[in-house]
Amino acid sequence: MSLKPDDVSKIAQLARLAVSPEEGEALSRELSSILDLVAQMTAVDTSGIEPMAHPLEMQQRLRPDEVTETDQRDLYLGNAPQAEAGLFLVPKVIE
Amino acid sequence: MQWETVIGLEIHTQLATHSKIFSGSSTAFGAEPNTQANLVDLGMPGVLPVLNRKAVEYAVRFGRAIDAHVAERSVFARKNYFYPDLPKGYQISQFELPIVGKGCVEIVLEDGEVKTVGVTRAHLEEDAGKSLHEDFHGMTGIDLNRAGTPLLEIVSEPDMRSAREAIAYARKIHQIVTYLGICDGNMQEGSFRCDANVSVRPKGQAEFGTRAELKNINSFRFLERAINYEVERQIELIEDGGKVVQETRLYDANRDETRSMRSKEEANDYRYFPDPDLLPVVIDQAFMDAVSADMPELPDARRTRFQEAFGLSAYDANGLTATRATADYFEAVSAATGDAKLAANWVMGELAAALNKEGLEIERSPVDAAALAGLLLRIRDNTISGKIAKQVFEAMWSGQGSADELIEAKGLKQITDSGAIEALVDEVLAANPEQVENYRNADPAKRPKMIGFFVGQVMKKSQGKANPQQVNELLRGKLD
Repeated sequence: MSLKPDDVSKIAQLARLAVSPEEGEALSRELSSILDLVAQMTAVDTSGIEPMAHPLEMQQRLRPDEVTETDQRDLYLGNAPQAEAGLFLVPKVIE
Repeated sequence: MQWETVIGLEIHTQLATHSKIFSGSSTAFGAEPNTQANLVDLGMPGVLPVLNRKAVEYAVRFGRAIDAHVAERSVFARKNYFYPDLPKGYQISQFELPIVGKGCVEIVLEDGEVKTVGVTRAHLEEDAGKSLHEDFHGMTGIDLNRAGTPLLEIVSEPDMRSAREAIAYARKIHQIVTYLGICDGNMQEGSFRCDANVSVRPKGQAEFGTRAELKNINSFRFLERAINYEVERQIELIEDGGKVVQETRLYDANRDETRSMRSKEEANDYRYFPDPDLLPVVIDQAFMDAVSADMPELPDARRTRFQEAFGLSAYDANGLTATRATADYFEAVSAATGDAKLAANWVMGELAAALNKEGLEIERSPVDAAALAGLLLRIRDNTISGKIAKQVFEAMWSGQGSADELIEAKGLKQITDSGAIEALVDEVLAANPEQVENYRNADPAKRPKMIGFFVGQVMKKSQGKANPQQVNELLRGKLD
């Protein structure tokens, strides 16, 4: 399986990564070889086997519906590069 | 060419839990920005989500209400996209294995026809925060109080064929979730949000046309307008030789139009994968049984019960069960007065008219169920007539006091002393000899109608306080 530089740039864009054309060339080769490695697994017969997303034989624990948190806004806003009027400020987003 | 409209709805209902779906932050509406966002909601590294049991119970409750298959095992997945009000860079949602599978609801169309609309699925997910685009020195403000609020996204089949059907379906879902008590249904506050997938196709064609997704609709009225606008737009576009593109369109209520937001093909690559932070959710029989034991009565069952237990008409039962709050109000008045029909008449009549006039929901009625019952009890025990009760109701509505206080203060107590009424009757008869003459000469068949004149005069003289039944009896005795 081979990835083209176009595929790499699309993936990079979805992940918001800046990848130069030269890096894209190198990455497409590296990613392709990883995919080739994984592709070897398709040789194994997996019919009748349930897909596994979690390696643990456990189920999700549930917590009671209780408010346990107190307001720590000042602490958290202090961690942000910019804040004002109780809001985190980010570069302008326009739809 | 004849066109057919195809509509499917995605409804986001905010679940009425106290805390968030994956953290112990409060979900209360209207707090100061970012005072209800903790480390989990902010997407800080090293924290883990823990699922809220109530959110799961509410989802299962909904599944039961629409006869859907509830998954014994469901899985949370990450939906990946970038937006500043989504701190983690992904939304925790459900993809391949949602908690609620296929179900259906019945809607009643205007001509009385009943139509079944399929629900494809309903899944649990977290809400995002809010972006405030007012100008903060050219920057955008982010409030994450809403981030992590539990949502149940209810996805319908593309079964609706007109805006009217879509509204009927949306109202039905609204009715179900509010009856179940799993969502407050407040559309202004965003607790119940509708997105509509709309396409058109030539009548008779089997395949669907390309659809547009309409967002930003926060009332049933706008939902209808947005769909109608979009249907017109698509038909005109195709008839002019154009093509509908798959995209998200925002409804602008001020201009009553939809406009393109972004091309969905590009943005729609969410790369879902199972969230490694959350294990599969297992719903066992004990959990199901506990939810079943706790199921509130649903609107259809309540409507039938109102007809059977109280002898109400289908029309009244329908109106009284339109919202859970109305049904609760009616039942409280009915129980306190022991007169379901009187309660039904007042809730559907005076009260509904007054609420309608001021555009109020019954929850905010200035006259609550206990107060209205207090008034109706005075009709029941003949203290006041129905007509005077309307006056008292108006005064109660404007906050002048309880029924008993007003009847006392304004001296509205009905006159039931037959001597006093007889005196009034005699005065009226003496003052109108001509009418008395006419009455006595009239055909007996016409008399019941003619007596109304005298009743009116007596009532007027008593300022509406004479007992109308007694007035009628006395008049008949003296005239016939």
